[in-house]
Amino acid sequence: MSTIVATQTPEARSSTGFRVAMLLPGALVTFLLILFALGLVLFLAFRNNDGSLLGTGFSLANFATVLSDPLYWTVTMRSLVIAALVTLATVVTAYPVAYYLAFHAGRRRGLLLFLVTLPFWTSYLLRVFAWKIVLAYNGVLNSALIESGIWSEPTLAFLNTPAAVVVTLAHAYAPFAILPIYVALDTIPKSLIEAASDLGARPFTSFRRVVLPNSMPGVLAAALVVFVPTVGDYVTPALVGGPASTMIGTLIQAEFGKANDWPFGAALAVAVMLVILAVVLVARFTDRRFGSRT
Amino acid sequence: MNIAHTQGGGRWLGVYVIAYLVFLYLPVLLIPLFSFNNSIQAAFPLQGFTLQWYATLYGNSVLSGALVNSLVIAAIAATGATLCGITVSYMDLYGRSPLAATISAVARLPILIPGVIVGISLLILINLIGLGPSRIAIVLGHILVALPTTVVIMRSRFAAIPKTIREAALDLGASDWTTFRRVMLPLSLPAIVSAFMLAFLISFDEFIVVFFLAGTEPTLPLYIWSQLRFPKSLPTVMALGTSILAVSFVIAAIAEILRHRGLSAAAPRPADPSQPKQTKRGELQWHST
Repeated sequence: MSTIVATQTPEARSSTGFRVAMLLPGALVTFLLILFALGLVLFLAFRNNDGSLLGTGFSLANFATVLSDPLYWTVTMRSLVIAALVTLATVVTAYPVAYYLAFHAGRRRGLLLFLVTLPFWTSYLLRVFAWKIVLAYNGVLNSALIESGIWSEPTLAFLNTPAAVVVTLAHAYAPFAILPIYVALDTIPKSLIEAASDLGARPFTSFRRVVLPNSMPGVLAAALVVFVPTVGDYVTPALVGGPASTMIGTLIQAEFGKANDWPFGAALAVAVMLVILAVVLVARFTDRRFGSRT
Repeated sequence: MNIAHTQGGGRWLGVYVIAYLVFLYLPVLLIPLFSFNNSIQAAFPLQGFTLQWYATLYGNSVLSGALVNSLVIAAIAATGATLCGITVSYMDLYGRSPLAATISAVARLPILIPGVIVGISLLILINLIGLGPSRIAIVLGHILVALPTTVVIMRSRFAAIPKTIREAALDLGASDWTTFRRVMLPLSLPAIVSAFMLAFLISFDEFIVVFFLAGTEPTLPLYIWSQLRFPKSLPTVMALGTSILAVSFVIAAIAEILRHRGLSAAAPRPADPSQPKQTKRGELQWHST
């Protein structure tokens, strides 16, 4: 190579071939598999079901049904309440763990981080199934309670309740919540906390007025990461929820399966995405109020 | 800050963290426990030790077919997701184009979409292009599901490589392609291996999306799902689940070690001498993780 090359800026020599080759795989996946596929769902939601792949005509009938039939209101509200409870439970229980990791863990930090993220990489189906063993009629919880003499006979009250869905989901998504909160806590400048105590704030005051507000972006990120997959879940309600805890994901899955009304299922999916969009916007707004540092 | 007070608080927090870890692991560990239990029911008291449920795993042709299927799909999908993760994050950081930034943002979008909607959107797409439910469809779905993870890992790795290294290569006359292949890829190799392994695990364990895209040949999670309906086959499912858990744990552990080694070895971040960490025993400690 000649010395003339060195006088040019690196970007000026970017070859078109390199750029195209590097952009192509990502562009194909993101535009075709994500954006185009989501566009198809939106398109299908405005069609009538005639048994063909893309339906026929243009109509708002699917959305009219979603909005007018009380069944969908009930199921949507139930999904929202369950997802909100799961989010609250995971975030509140994860916060002290993240706090310990950020401020107290010392040299055990690496090991602890590994231990809390490990379940994240094990089978979701198996983690849910484990709770079925715990909560079943002849399961671990019932047999343990009878063995210890607290209960005289097995109770059916654990399995097939919305409460079982909340506990199982909270357990399955627990590792998701710790990391964002930990990152937010870890990036708070230590000088801020020292300044608070130097100025006479007691530990609790300094936590409430300095640490907590500064970690809110992480808390909101954690809440989103838990809320989104739980609101559309259909596996957990099917395994431990019973008929009383049908969620919106169950209905979407049924429309694309047994019920075979794809346009209506697509409309339900669009409704779920709108709800999630609203939640994301609220989170963004709250984030800005707390002065996001991200 | 009142040191005595915070140390007391730290101790209670430590107890809480242990309790939390027990809650996290106890239900999962019941699966291995009952897989060795000589009873068809998963209940206490335990009935004695047996390996018969593991014996039933051998010679099951549907199961081994599903296992091979899962392994092949996971290998291809992880390769695709890692390739996309590398190129998307590299161009996001060094491409300096709005297109590259958009692709990177959209690639991380699946985090905000519930799996059931990813599943149905791909189901419509594969039927539209005439592919239908098939193994190729599952591979496409799993590339999508693993993409946010590979992009996040590769992006943080590329960002941690000092800018000057790439600039030096370019200034010395290396082409973009040579710089990428001979400088940036070798420097990020541990992260690439880690991204591949995690994408492999994600694909191998994935159920929610695969449910919509599978044709006649099930993957392992689909096989487990089909067996969960029969109480008689639960011990076998637990033996199978234990084997999967063990392998997943090992792969995740190796991926984690590689990721940390990559982060600390190639880019020694200067420790901030103004912020030494005071440990319980009073030694000073600098964290580079």
